[in-house]
Amino acid sequence: MLLIHCPYCEEGRPELEFRHAGEAHIARPENMAELSDEDFERFFFIRSNPKGIVYERWRHIHGCARFFNAARDTVSDRFLTTYKAGEPKPDLDGEGK
Amino acid sequence: MAQPFRIATAGRLGKADPVRFTFDGKSFEGLHGDTLASALLANGVHLVGRSFKYHRPRGMVSAGAEEPNALVGVHRDAARRAPNVRATVQEIHEGLNAVSQNRWPSLSFDVGALNDLASPFFSAGFYYKTFMWPKAAWERVYEPFIRRAAGLGEAPDRPDPDCYANRFAHCDVLVIGGGAAGLSAALAAANAGARVILADEQAETGGALRYETGAMIDGMPGWNWAQAVTADLAARDNVRLLTRTTGFGYYAQNMVGLVERLTDHLVSPATDQPRERLWQVRAKRVVLATGAIERHMVFPDNDRPGIMLASAARTYLNHFGVTVGRNVAIYTAGDSAWQAALDLKRSGVSIAAIVDCRPDPQGPHVEEARRLGIECLTGHAVTGTGGRLRVSSIKVRPVSGGAERTIACDALLTSSGWTPAVHLFSQSRGKLAFDAETQRFLPGNAVQELVSVGACAGNIDLGETVAEALKAGHEAAGGVARKLPKLAADSTERWSGGMLGAGEGAGAESTAKAFVDFQNDVTAKDIRQAVREGMRSIEHVKRFTTTGMATDQGKTSNMHGLAIAAEMLDRPIPEVGLTTFRAPYTPVTFGALVGHGKGRLFEPVRRTPMHDWAEAHGAVFEDVGQWKRAWYFPQAGEDMHAAVARECRTVRQSAGIFDATTLGKIEVVGPDAARFMELMYTNPWQKLGVGRCRYGVMLREDGFIYDDGVVGRLAEDRFHVTTTTGGAPRVLNHMEDYLQTEFPDLKVYLTSTSEQWAVIAVQGPKSRDIIAPLVEGIDLSDDAMPHMSVREGMICGVPTRLFRMSFTGERGFEINVPADYGRAVWEAVWAEGEKHGACAYGTETMHVLRAEKGFIIVGQETDGTVTPHDAGLSWAIGKKKTDFVGMRGLARPDLVAPGRKQLVGLRTRDPKTVLEEGAQIVADPDAPVPVPMLGHVTSSYWSENCGHSIALALVAGGHERMGETLYVPMPEGAITVEVTSTVFFDEKGARTNG
Ligand SMILES: [Zn+2]
Repeated sequence: MLLIHCPYCEEGRPELEFRHAGEAHIARPENMAELSDEDFERFFFIRSNPKGIVYERWRHIHGCARFFNAARDTVSDRFLTTYKAGEPKPDLDGEGK
Repeated sequence: MAQPFRIATAGRLGKADPVRFTFDGKSFEGLHGDTLASALLANGVHLVGRSFKYHRPRGMVSAGAEEPNALVGVHRDAARRAPNVRATVQEIHEGLNAVSQNRWPSLSFDVGALNDLASPFFSAGFYYKTFMWPKAAWERVYEPFIRRAAGLGEAPDRPDPDCYANRFAHCDVLVIGGGAAGLSAALAAANAGARVILADEQAETGGALRYETGAMIDGMPGWNWAQAVTADLAARDNVRLLTRTTGFGYYAQNMVGLVERLTDHLVSPATDQPRERLWQVRAKRVVLATGAIERHMVFPDNDRPGIMLASAARTYLNHFGVTVGRNVAIYTAGDSAWQAALDLKRSGVSIAAIVDCRPDPQGPHVEEARRLGIECLTGHAVTGTGGRLRVSSIKVRPVSGGAERTIACDALLTSSGWTPAVHLFSQSRGKLAFDAETQRFLPGNAVQELVSVGACAGNIDLGETVAEALKAGHEAAGGVARKLPKLAADSTERWSGGMLGAGEGAGAESTAKAFVDFQNDVTAKDIRQAVREGMRSIEHVKRFTTTGMATDQGKTSNMHGLAIAAEMLDRPIPEVGLTTFRAPYTPVTFGALVGHGKGRLFEPVRRTPMHDWAEAHGAVFEDVGQWKRAWYFPQAGEDMHAAVARECRTVRQSAGIFDATTLGKIEVVGPDAARFMELMYTNPWQKLGVGRCRYGVMLREDGFIYDDGVVGRLAEDRFHVTTTTGGAPRVLNHMEDYLQTEFPDLKVYLTSTSEQWAVIAVQGPKSRDIIAPLVEGIDLSDDAMPHMSVREGMICGVPTRLFRMSFTGERGFEINVPADYGRAVWEAVWAEGEKHGACAYGTETMHVLRAEKGFIIVGQETDGTVTPHDAGLSWAIGKKKTDFVGMRGLARPDLVAPGRKQLVGLRTRDPKTVLEEGAQIVADPDAPVPVPMLGHVTSSYWSENCGHSIALALVAGGHERMGETLYVPMPEGAITVEVTSTVFFDEKGARTNG
């Protein structure tokens, strides 16, 4: 079981309190109506699924109920950082293994 | 004589403390503190089981958790019958009842042993080859045979009456293993002020100090030091000492699973005492002090009862005071086994010979053996054994070749060296490094906050072990360098030497049975055969031969198997690979993992405030998610069909009262509430008047229906949203997700109110007459409160949100009252309803009535691939809206393509035939297979009100097929159906105002 730091509660809490919510930093386009099929495909279906650092969303559903973002290394399963929704993607070059 | 193999001068058990137990129905005496194994050995019993495949007689191999052979059943009572208990771990208690396994009719005469004679039939890969054909033989011959032969022991056939506990714990330093290394680490960490948990799998700490009599620590014999330190640690507030506790799994971020065995050693545990406790420990630092496991020698017929590990014999002698024989031989490739001969000899046991395959072993132990007059056959090998149910002799010859000689003995102790117990380290994802010189896999770089110390890290010197463990414990606790503690520790014993793989007489040309894996009956020959048949990786060899796949997971055997495969492949051991170590280290009961989460506590049961009323009125309940919902209310003599038919009739003739409390409810509040609703639902909301309701459809971004429900606008900035019964949590999650992450600028609050409101639906022509006398402050006339409106007021003296709405097609109301008043208001409504001939109805009638009107149920008519257009709900999409979740998805090419499955009604040609839900629909039942499937039936009922069966179905291009004849193929023949509108009753919808 992972230990996850909630950036809103500012506490590390067990994974049981959280729910994974998919890849982070995929903004919903504001011009939905004009979106081409290709752009919609990119927005809705295509995910990066890397080996290494992944940016993902979590929700502290059995805690403060907030959505936040995390950078996790999919090889070691280690959290590199967590940060509030809306904050920019941190630059973690070279941190993953 | 009782316990003839107990030696008065040896061991640590209280000799005046006898315990009686039975094995296979025969009564024995042991001593308090004995394991089942040591107590049986004290009585001269070695034969305790039959092997898995060949049914060969087997005895104890070890004295610990690594035991491959001595698996027994322990029967406490009719329900408590634990199979595959290791006799070397199970402590005896008065009345313990153990039975042998895998034998018929008896342990000493076992018919299955014929398998041994037919053994060519069972060679490596036999599962894959032998049972291939004829196909018909599978059911009657092969499968029953495999089932009978597979799996040792007998599972209990009753529910487990024991309870199991579960604890979460946090600590600074978790130490796994309470031998010299673990105790030193825990002591140093505790002295530095850390919160420490120390876990040891034995009843007492001490580890190898149980038998290593040559150890001195801090001026005391090792065992005495261990007990003194343990007592010291146990008394400290910052230390939790857990004995009989196995660290079985190492998970992410230093979470370690421990299982603590609490009652299996007790005569009569209290009924409320947990049998085991699962500990989920989160440690800042972990110190692994898990020791090493001795390996046996691989040579022909090395599995007879009486052949065991040298360290096991020492444990039985030095700790339990039991000798494993009267005339004991030793066969070794390392130094430590010599000490067994010395210990036994000094206790007066005759040593038949020490056979060491090394040409010239040196050291004080060798000199001492010679001084004691023991025959030392160095440069010799054991190439065979004699005896049926117990070893009686060994064959010995020089390694360099020469004459074979037979030596009589009644026990043979073997050792081919020590395998560091790196299981938990490997589970922590640390990489193992192969040390070619000592032929051992050792912990390499750790990837978690842990350190390995002592024998599990490859250290074979006691002084160094204690020093490195003290340092590890001190540093793990954050102690400063200048305060590093020191302890004098030394041992006269040597742990060097050893070999991997098959010994003399079990070489490549040998056809003898030289066992590598005792529990799965895998021999050196089997491993070679696997390589010859093309297996190249140890992972393939393992699966082909099943070596290391038994419940002991190859603790004593894996390195031998690997070495034999590597030799055959002529490749270095690390290139052939090491099989993955997986949790659990030793078997863990399901009970421990499940803990309290069983029976009533398996899953919460949700009941509405009106549940007891429904129960008292004879309701039959159905499970809907976690909810218990009244399904139908049978009256005397009614079956389900009759009850539902009556309920359906009554609702449309007068009225029915229905508990709709389980509907999900979400309060959407804030200045931007309407804007938010516009984005979350397909419908337009901005212009919905206060006091009005609307049926809303929620999509996922891909355009498919996600949920639906009636929404009431209570104020400009307040919506009362209802969801499907199971849908409330995910709908709230969906809304929160968009609100928090996509539309964070909207000023909206979302609150789950599902549990706060009890909901009483009153439906039918008399519904208004029923509620009118109870309602205060709300004008119920059609003009003042038309269909699809909501009012706040009072009912029976309590506040209500009263909805005028209908899921039946009749005039209807849904009364929301605070949940605590639900029962009282329900009873008041019921009393009024009875005056009008109303009935209480359940979910089945609700389903039938809504289907008569063609109203969908999300999850029944939809399956995550249905759009509003498919479901005939295009009218619910706001045409002028520029955005809502799912709008763009709806325009995807596949979602606008012709031929999509669309919701239609079906009428059977025979009005009495009720279709099966889920049944497939075809255009031509006689078409050649594969018959093209057009769709399937989603809902199907007998409609009492229509006088014929009705069904809803998803059919390809269904909206264009009105009036077409289609077929529903069933085993008894195809059923002819006609495609119709989805509305079967009151097509004009006049009755909502009727
Ligand atoms: Zn939080």
